[in-house]
Amino acid sequence: MPLPDPQLTPALEERAARVSLFRKLLKNPVGLIALIFLGLLVLSAIFAPLLAPSDPNTASLQEVLAPPGGEHPLGADSAGRDVLSRLLFATRFSLAGALLALAVAAIIGVVSGLIAGYFGKWFDSVSSWFAGLLMALPGIVVLLAARAVLGPSMWLSMAIFGVLLSPAFFRLVYASVSAVRNELYVDAARVAGLSDARIIARHILTVVRAPVIIQAAMITGIAIAIQAGLDFLGLGDTTVPSWGSMLNDAFAKIYTNPDLMIWPASAIALTCIALTLLANVMRDELERTAGPVKRRKNRNRDTEAPVVKAAHLSTVGMATISEEERRLALEQPAASESREIVHPVVVHPDPEDGGRSSTGNPFGEELLSVRNLAVGYDQPDGSIKVVVNDVSLRVRRGEVHGLIGESGSGKTQTAWSVLRLLPDGGRVIDGSISFEGKDLAHATENEMTKLRGAKIAYIPQEPMSNLDASFTIGSQLVEPMRVVLGLGKAEATTRALGLLERVGIPNPQRTFDAYPHEVSGGMAQRVLIAGAISCDPDLLIADEPTTALDVTVQAEVLSLLRELQAELNMGVILVTHNFGVVADLCDRVSVMRAGRIVETGPVRSIFAAPEHEYTKALFAAILEEGEARGELVTAQTEKEGLR
Amino acid sequence: MVLRFILRRLASGVVLIVVISTIAFGLLYVGGGDIARRILGQTATAETVAQKTEQLGLNRPLYEQFVDWVSHAVVGDFGTSWFTGQEVIQAISSRVAVTLSLVIGATLISAIVAVLLGVWAARQRGWPDRLVQVISVLGFAIPGFLIALGLVIVFAINLGWFKPTGFVQFATSPSGWLSSITLPVIALAIGGIAGVTQQIRGSVIDALRQDYVRTLRSRGLSANRVIYKHVLRNAGGPALAVLAVQFVGLLGGAVIVEQVFAIPGLGQVAVTATNQGDIPLVMGLVVVTAIIVVVVNLVIDILQGFLNPKVRLS
Repeated sequence: MPLPDPQLTPALEERAARVSLFRKLLKNPVGLIALIFLGLLVLSAIFAPLLAPSDPNTASLQEVLAPPGGEHPLGADSAGRDVLSRLLFATRFSLAGALLALAVAAIIGVVSGLIAGYFGKWFDSVSSWFAGLLMALPGIVVLLAARAVLGPSMWLSMAIFGVLLSPAFFRLVYASVSAVRNELYVDAARVAGLSDARIIARHILTVVRAPVIIQAAMITGIAIAIQAGLDFLGLGDTTVPSWGSMLNDAFAKIYTNPDLMIWPASAIALTCIALTLLANVMRDELERTAGPVKRRKNRNRDTEAPVVKAAHLSTVGMATISEEERRLALEQPAASESREIVHPVVVHPDPEDGGRSSTGNPFGEELLSVRNLAVGYDQPDGSIKVVVNDVSLRVRRGEVHGLIGESGSGKTQTAWSVLRLLPDGGRVIDGSISFEGKDLAHATENEMTKLRGAKIAYIPQEPMSNLDASFTIGSQLVEPMRVVLGLGKAEATTRALGLLERVGIPNPQRTFDAYPHEVSGGMAQRVLIAGAISCDPDLLIADEPTTALDVTVQAEVLSLLRELQAELNMGVILVTHNFGVVADLCDRVSVMRAGRIVETGPVRSIFAAPEHEYTKALFAAILEEGEARGELVTAQTEKEGLR
Repeated sequence: MVLRFILRRLASGVVLIVVISTIAFGLLYVGGGDIARRILGQTATAETVAQKTEQLGLNRPLYEQFVDWVSHAVVGDFGTSWFTGQEVIQAISSRVAVTLSLVIGATLISAIVAVLLGVWAARQRGWPDRLVQVISVLGFAIPGFLIALGLVIVFAINLGWFKPTGFVQFATSPSGWLSSITLPVIALAIGGIAGVTQQIRGSVIDALRQDYVRTLRSRGLSANRVIYKHVLRNAGGPALAVLAVQFVGLLGGAVIVEQVFAIPGLGQVAVTATNQGDIPLVMGLVVVTAIIVVVVNLVIDILQGFLNPKVRLS
């Protein structure tokens, strides 16, 4: 029996308590229809004796297979029994049987799940093992075995089936409870002297309530299906009318009277569908309620490491504006200024001696020119959330352009839009991105695929999550080279080993054969750097390439980047939140805040004379700390600097 | 390393089989009441009932009967049917292939269709996604035997494309065999497809959001290549786990579906044995089912290790 997977629901547990599920269901059309159908079903089950035109078990030879109409609105079956009456009473027994199974499963599952999850110890391991045992066998085989000794009692079968289904509740409750047990508020309640029973009732039952209700709907559907299946096999109690036994009777007449199958079959199918839909709608509604919390978490992960969450929330307004407002804002700068004060970008002029990079090479031709770039995310309500606005920057060959700003300032979004690899729903909504004469903002996916790797490369922030854990490091290096450069396997392997050696990996062959989880973070970042330069790109986009590394490793990786940049004479966009990194590597820097560039120019002039208040604040933060390398702009300093 | 992993899973499987047979034996022999009376019917005299009890060894203490059963069962001897006199192992082995071919066929079809549908839904989102969601809800909700009945009525009775019942041995006629198992396999597969598609869709959506997908794309690999090589391999683990659960479900579903199509598989033996209270046969069925489940889970575990290097090494 495929039990619904309890793992599907954990995300929504926390908020479940505060949600009035029932009211939400009534507002959802699918949920409302399912509820009405099930409500009618329950009513007809309760009032079956009043509604049924005759006794469900009275057979009559004259009425065998009577057509619908007259005394028998839905006809009569092969024994001359009234189909409508049987259907009504069958509803009664089928529902009652399913509810019995549900009750048994819920009581056993919830109680044992609570005990195992909350108190743990030996009960935990024993019951978990037992749950696995119950789920290992096909339910129907067990029911058949039970039927062999216990006889055809529907109630006994359903009670046993309830036991078989109890792991569905057990696992769900167990998972929720063991997750909540060590939460701070539960600890607090315990410290405050609340008894275990109070804590369970107050904090834990509220958490598992909604998932249990959802599970109950699924379980009821499964119980109805299996009970109908047993009766359909003719193994049920023949004295009790049920949907399955009606189906069995109709199946025997499948050639002569296939119509007889319609009623029991629709009753089973519609009830199961209604219960499943109800469970799905409840789950969707709960997830939607939990949605905003989840989405914010995702955005933090997608954009920046969550270093400066407090500052991010207080100072960065990622304004959500409607399409109309956006059009106005873009077309009429004046209109947008009245709504949101936008300071003009502070532009420092190029130095007189210009055209020399920090590495001494003269800058080459212009590689990348971004003009008035705006990046937005489509929202479910049709509006667009703008995360990057009016950003312009250019990168020449051999030049390192730093993008600095706090988390959520839009620097990573800018970097990704150059690669055209924005997360789902994100797109360039305005401006142009010109790379070696091509407009990337409007390039097709095929054109972009040809450019990526070969011309524009990318070094990510988090080394571990950026390697595919299922493939060896070597195969992840070799594959792009074979695709992009058209190398043979042996050639690509040799080149990959050379690259690994070039980025300073002590034993290239061993790393080549290793899986990502077998190497350290610093090694993984070197591997990613090797991958990025493997196809000789012109432009390298490095997204905080050292943030996730230990301080000592940071310095090594930075000097590796500097060497490679000089050696390959690449243009680089270096995203960072660290002025130390900027001073170390960059020729030019743009300071970003709230999706805009506030100040831009050669590194030396900005360091010498920062003009924008925000830039000054960032510098002030460094001076306070008095430390020029490593984690410069930590959450604390940045927040204080901004105050 | 790999061998030890397999041996450990095998050992836990053996424990599972032992526990299940012990519980089943206890319940069947204790709960069975006066077994000899049930076999002989109400008209039998007390004397013949006592004789029958003696003959079946039911008058011995339970643990003695159990030890006796176990000592024969470990060498594959589950005794003889009380009603037909046929050897249990023979009754089962002649039919197990039929049921397994149904269930394995349905599992393979579920896996293939679910991968295609799930990836399609996860990539397109929008209406394909909604369509796939509706199909999987329906496929999950509607019991397999109802789907089987629907298929019989439409494709066998109304359209006449297939014979509604009957089974042709592969050895007799391969094409006849294929035609006779097509509808049952489809009936079983639909439920499996529904469950696995949801899982594939979910894990592909998750995998697509992983950082390494962006990095691989940034190296110049096409979206298709990244999805079918990297994303699917990472999504494969959870999908296989669901497939294992589905397999167990299909084994149960086959019992009923075989009945609809009159296919002589384990289901038919199970129903007859159950109705008659043929306890040696029921015991044999329980143990064989448990063995199948253990073997399937072992295969899935090994496949998981193949897909995920972390599982393999730990």
